[in-house]
Amino acid sequence: MPSEHLPKFYLYRRIVLAKLFIDEHFAENINLEDIAGEAFFSKFHFIRLFKKAYGKTPHQYLIWVRIENAKLLLQTEATVTDVCYSVGFDGTSSFTHLFKRITKLTPSVYLHQQRLRNIEISKSPLKFIPACFAEQKGWLENRNFQQLH
Amino acid sequence: MITSASHFTIFVLNQDSAYDFYVKKLGFKVHTDASMGPGKRWLTVTPPEQPDLEINLMAIDEGMMFKKEAAEKMRELVKEGTFGFAVFQCNDLMATYEELKAKGVRFKKEPKREFYGFEALFIDDSGNWSSLTEKNKDQ
Repeated sequence: MPSEHLPKFYLYRRIVLAKLFIDEHFAENINLEDIAGEAFFSKFHFIRLFKKAYGKTPHQYLIWVRIENAKLLLQTEATVTDVCYSVGFDGTSSFTHLFKRITKLTPSVYLHQQRLRNIEISKSPLKFIPACFAEQKGWLENRNFQQLH
Repeated sequence: MITSASHFTIFVLNQDSAYDFYVKKLGFKVHTDASMGPGKRWLTVTPPEQPDLEINLMAIDEGMMFKKEAAEKMRELVKEGTFGFAVFQCNDLMATYEELKAKGVRFKKEPKREFYGFEALFIDDSGNWSSLTEKNKDQ
């Protein structure tokens, strides 16, 4: 049966499966035509339904997932080059270009900013918590608690 | 004049489990995860496309905020599904509903057409419910 004539319920399941496939395999060399084939859609129909559901084409979504995962890895000890290949890009120049287009920062600036922020959070967490909440939790009473443990 | 919201709180039974639910199942981003001493943690997450709205996943602990009896009562109320904390938006309710169901999220209300859009209610790992809504195109 052509996919256009399937009940909506089945079409949604297929679109969701395609999205979950990208979520799981983003670091691999994904061929989006294969995904459309797996989902039994024509490529055009697949892209149209995917964009309606997620606001992005499958390709845009794949890039977005890779960049989001790169942002997480850049907060670890990994280098920019390691992160680039770990999330599925095949070269640092396309990685840097796309990263900057999406986040407005280069990966190395992002890495530097995040590591400084994480150090600051562990040294002075109260700077990141509205005082009303910190007071309710009793965290203002012992402001240097982090040095006690 | 109030201009916008920056934080709101969801009271949870266990922050590790809430982290798994909101980050791994719903796809929210961690904003701040800070240790505040043994067994104490400040954990905020943001909706994927709203990085300036911090959702504080606050543990119901006995302490200054809740006395022992109040904490126990609050935990019971949360478990019973008393509280609904938020309305979250999505582009396509059926796709989001199917995805969350595939990830094991429980629903209190199946997708239903309402006057403002298409809505379902999901339940988090603690028992809190939230609305998931696809707004009408003209709203």
